[in-house]
Amino acid sequence: MESIIFAVFNGVLYGMLLFLLASGLTLIFSMMGVLNFAHASFFMLGAYFAYQISEGLNFWAALFIAPVIVGLVGAGIERWGLRPVHRYGHVAELLFTFGVAYVIEELVQMIWGRVPVPYEIPELMSGALFTWQGFDYSIYRVFMLVVSVAIFVALFALLTYTRIGLIIRAAVSDPVHVATLGHDIPRIFMWTFGFGCALAGVAGVVGGNVLGTEPAMAIQLGPIVFVVIVIGGLGSLGGALVAALLIGIVTRLAIFYDYGLGSLFLSLGLEIDTAGLLRDFTRITTAQVAPVLPYLMLVLMLIFKPRGLFGTRDV
Amino acid sequence: MNTLLGRLTPWIAGAAVLIALPHVFTSGFALTLMSQIGLLIVFALAYNMLLGQGGMLSFGHAVYFGLAGYFTIHYLNFIYEEQVPYIPVTLIPLLGGLVGLFFGILIGYVSTRRAGTTFAMISLGFGEMVTALTLVLVAIFNGEDGIQTDRVLGEELFGITYGPNIEVYYLIAGWCLVCTLAMFLLTRTPFGRISNAVRDNPERVEFIGYSSQRIRWLAFSLSSFFAGIAGALHAVNIEHVGFEQVSVIQSGLVLFMVYIGGTASFVGPIIGATLLYFLQSTLTGVTEAWVLYLGVLFVGVIMFFPGGLAGLISMHQPIWRARARLLAPLLVPYSRFLAALIVCVLGCIGLIEMLYFRSSRLSTETELVIYGVESDPFSAGPWLIFAAAAALGAFAIRKTYPGAVSAWNTAIADARARPLG
Repeated sequence: MESIIFAVFNGVLYGMLLFLLASGLTLIFSMMGVLNFAHASFFMLGAYFAYQISEGLNFWAALFIAPVIVGLVGAGIERWGLRPVHRYGHVAELLFTFGVAYVIEELVQMIWGRVPVPYEIPELMSGALFTWQGFDYSIYRVFMLVVSVAIFVALFALLTYTRIGLIIRAAVSDPVHVATLGHDIPRIFMWTFGFGCALAGVAGVVGGNVLGTEPAMAIQLGPIVFVVIVIGGLGSLGGALVAALLIGIVTRLAIFYDYGLGSLFLSLGLEIDTAGLLRDFTRITTAQVAPVLPYLMLVLMLIFKPRGLFGTRDV
Repeated sequence: MNTLLGRLTPWIAGAAVLIALPHVFTSGFALTLMSQIGLLIVFALAYNMLLGQGGMLSFGHAVYFGLAGYFTIHYLNFIYEEQVPYIPVTLIPLLGGLVGLFFGILIGYVSTRRAGTTFAMISLGFGEMVTALTLVLVAIFNGEDGIQTDRVLGEELFGITYGPNIEVYYLIAGWCLVCTLAMFLLTRTPFGRISNAVRDNPERVEFIGYSSQRIRWLAFSLSSFFAGIAGALHAVNIEHVGFEQVSVIQSGLVLFMVYIGGTASFVGPIIGATLLYFLQSTLTGVTEAWVLYLGVLFVGVIMFFPGGLAGLISMHQPIWRARARLLAPLLVPYSRFLAALIVCVLGCIGLIEMLYFRSSRLSTETELVIYGVESDPFSAGPWLIFAAAAALGAFAIRKTYPGAVSAWNTAIADARARPLG
């Protein structure tokens, strides 16, 4: 039982990290209609900037400076890259961000090399906060959880209670009307894009030292973030939260409960094939299937409920 | 009769070129290169059935290419073990096509309900799922190592064994020609036209009584069929298939080929596949930064020439058709712009190469050679020279670009003022 709690806790942690990425992505998507393929690349940039800044200054400076730089980079890419492409339609914009993801990955390799950089958890928080039932809970993991929950609350408050949030929500549902009220829509787009990228940057700062800061980190996480926003329902922040937690917990539990399909077949009284080409289907365990699970959930969701959990529009 | 002959001319010329190529470029490297380009042309054209003609942007089309490859390799191995009926290697690509078609019908049913961003996302999901599965189902896909076979099954018609690479080249060239012709003719059928209509305005297509989803599904399935043929040819050519062939890397590569070549015209993907694979196979040995250059080229094409290379050519077609002499005044402004572009690009390449060298240098022994000159990336000299070239080139691009545009505007206005013929 204790071990389940431990697995769930790790799942929640991973899920909140996914949510930090997904929230920015879904905000950008619902406002601009642009699916930012390079979103995970900004996550990676956050981690690398944090590494560089914590080399020179310290982790706390990185926590605040790195996301700001990532946000500015994002806003710059929107202003001088994405905006001129806007007139060619959403598919061209999507292709543009796909190209940007390639370029960012290569630039990162060019500057920091192809091997992982030693971005470490700050010494202050490397110890265990408490030990319970034989499991160590490190301070840093709890800190990650606190940061991501704090950002979720702040984001929710910003969108619900402030004037800027009001304008953003209005621009999401009807940009033309908001423009006629005198708001500069391209500028709102630019800063929303930058803000979304900064959120991904925060995730990079707090997650980079746990997941590993390397050039492949963007490609590994990017597609899962897309899965999160589709399952949650495009444009729904609450949906993104639920879907992120769901995927986080399910994948962690699957790894934790190393349960084989073969034993299921045996308990059903079926004969199992242990030699042929199909032997994998009986030998396979849930831990091995874990990386496939998010995509399987995506496909099932698209077949049975194309709007996602809380979406208001069809995928 | 004359028009029929006129229509057939490009195809006969194409066939003649395919037959002649191995006699002109006889090296082993060239032969492998041409074989690989031939099957990539089939893959790129199949991909453009989706992107250019059907308006569906896929990030996972390598799934059909790769799965057909896996199936082909297994089938060849099974023939050795005499577990399956014998099929000559000449016809194996057709089997790969059917595998592609099968998965295309299956996955297409779920994913073609919508086009645009939605379709793109679903295709990515399937692509990632299959890639992850190749690493999980070890008996079928053998993880990161992939699976291998021997393509020589024995003698076929006219004593062909597919042992020597030249015979495989002609196998690929033949299938490439047949598939290209088939896909070209497909664009001329009512289905090809209605597929274009679904791309441009699905709502109106529904009004005249077609189901736009079914049209997309059909286009998707057919495209997967041709992708499967290309995948089987790849398996026969390399005799190995790994998870790279189904992964998003392969899907991205075909997307780059098609988009840089140009999606709007039929020849665009052919140009793109030829150029990009040629560059890839020659440049990967020379520079570490090839993927960066590819990405920058792709982003540049999206921003400045959305029509791709074929689009640049067809921009000048009306001028050339009206009167070839009208192209003459374009020469000077174009070459000025091109010169500026080359200076800028050379400068940027120098800077990038030096940066890469600094970050990935393994020992102090090796030296960096750029443009045949030894450049020390730890002294200020080369940095200043390359930075100056890049800045100067960028400045010159800004200065010469309006001239090139206005020259084209004048020429096209002149061409339109003249009656055709």
